[in-house]
Amino acid sequence: MALLEIKNLSVGFDTSSGQFMAVQGIDLHVEAREVLAIVGESGSGKSVAMLAVMGLLPKTATVTADKMAFNGHDMLTMSTKQRREIVGRDVAMIFQEPMASLNPCFTVGFQLEEVLRFHMKMDGKARRKRAIELLQQVGIPTPEERLNSFPHQMSGGQCQRVMIAIAIACNPKLLIADEPTTALDVTIQKQILDLLVSLQAKHGMGLIMITHDMGVVAETADRVIVQYKGRKMEEADVLSLFESPKSPYTRALLSALPENATGDRLSTVADFMKNEAANAGAAS
Amino acid sequence: MSEIVLEGRNIVRDYHVGGGLFGKPKTVRAVKGVSFTLEKGKTLAIVGESGCGKSTLGRILTLIDPQSEGELLIDGKPINIAKDRVTPEMRRKVQIIFQNPYGSLNPRQKIGEVLGEPLLLNTNKTTAERRELAMQMLVKVGLGPEHYNRYPHMFSGGQRQRIAIARALMMSPSLLVLDEPVSALDLSVQAQVLNLLADLQDEFNLTYVFISHDLSVVRYIADEVMVMYYGEVVEYGTREEVFSNPQHSYTKTLFAATPKSDVASIRARLEKKKAAA
Repeated sequence: MALLEIKNLSVGFDTSSGQFMAVQGIDLHVEAREVLAIVGESGSGKSVAMLAVMGLLPKTATVTADKMAFNGHDMLTMSTKQRREIVGRDVAMIFQEPMASLNPCFTVGFQLEEVLRFHMKMDGKARRKRAIELLQQVGIPTPEERLNSFPHQMSGGQCQRVMIAIAIACNPKLLIADEPTTALDVTIQKQILDLLVSLQAKHGMGLIMITHDMGVVAETADRVIVQYKGRKMEEADVLSLFESPKSPYTRALLSALPENATGDRLSTVADFMKNEAANAGAAS
Repeated sequence: MSEIVLEGRNIVRDYHVGGGLFGKPKTVRAVKGVSFTLEKGKTLAIVGESGCGKSTLGRILTLIDPQSEGELLIDGKPINIAKDRVTPEMRRKVQIIFQNPYGSLNPRQKIGEVLGEPLLLNTNKTTAERRELAMQMLVKVGLGPEHYNRYPHMFSGGQRQRIAIARALMMSPSLLVLDEPVSALDLSVQAQVLNLLADLQDEFNLTYVFISHDLSVVRYIADEVMVMYYGEVVEYGTREEVFSNPQHSYTKTLFAATPKSDVASIRARLEKKKAAA
């Protein structure tokens, strides 16, 4: 049985000019111990689809799906109370901006222990011990001292490590990482990606990696879903995606990589789509 | 021999921090003696991680901050803004484009005003002339005259970066400092902006100083590459030299950290993973 199974998910937002469909009929499934990457440009609905799973969308959003099941629980009909028990414990999420996703008014230790208090009902001593252990796991030096630091006293990479520690605090079955390294330097990015993948293997988690960076996909994923304008363009395992991309959009994305540049100009997705349309017109 | 637009000789920048009622002031040396020369029409890429002083150097080159020591020569003329006033001609020669296209445009200013403002401040052109020039520039960067009366929030990230480029080009500068111009953009938009920069370089014979931490972009755009680490230049050479034969261990670390997306390395990774499982 799949860990997370979604069938025909659509998310719409009410706007002053009618409904805007951010996600249109996405199917996806993640197995335990699997790394799934969802790739797309901004506005392709990749984050929105995952926020819908977490129940974190604003009230203006309407979520419809034929099926949205996590670990046997139906996420669609679930009450808010039940959802709150699962979200943060069995499904956890890491966001793009580590500086913005931690609360600047509380120490790192407080925010880390909050999860343990809420979900695991641990007492103070056990919480502190577990918090130190978690910070060690994500590779933060001198964790005892760091527990009393505020987010602004740490670097971006360290804040992201704290976010990861909070996310894995309750040994989740599924971890959703939403552009976890976009705000970071390449050297730090490498460390964070290695950390995520090693934690995933060690704890046997399912990992969903949302990104727009094909390099990140190549370095982490087992299976890839390519999304464009709210629709799924292609789904393939990572090797066949890079070796023989089927959808024209994936080919366009790959050819926009600077390292794949041929000649002086980079091909852009817009050129590619134009050519495709012209070819289709000529063929019919 | 082509003409040298920009030259730095042993540029140093110190920041003085602290020094409160009882605390001792500290001096942070952000840039520790950087020297380079850059010819007209070429691109120099400055690579390094955050905090290595690459943006500080960019600010010195753009005449925003003065250097603490060393000489900066633009078009062969030495300049030190700590001592001399910057003449309008000097300002006109160098322009900068920042990383975050959401933060670098005033949300209450229409695009037309954004583009017209440099002309208003630095030249005696009439309103009609400024309008005409701004319209032409919009077309050059791939936007349309219909965008003239719109506000920044009506544009996407890539379009805003185009506006920032247009603003920088209004004064027809000879040197453009680009501080991580594409790192906030999506892959496909990044490709469009890089193409635009290449086209504009050809058209106006511009010289670029391209600050970035993304080596794949640097490899695509740069003629010369300078790698900085803790304020020092650890590697400086042509693109071919640096990429084919990196000398310093930090440069090698950087190369190793850059994600590889070729099929061979994916296959190697998957096999390693299978072996571990």
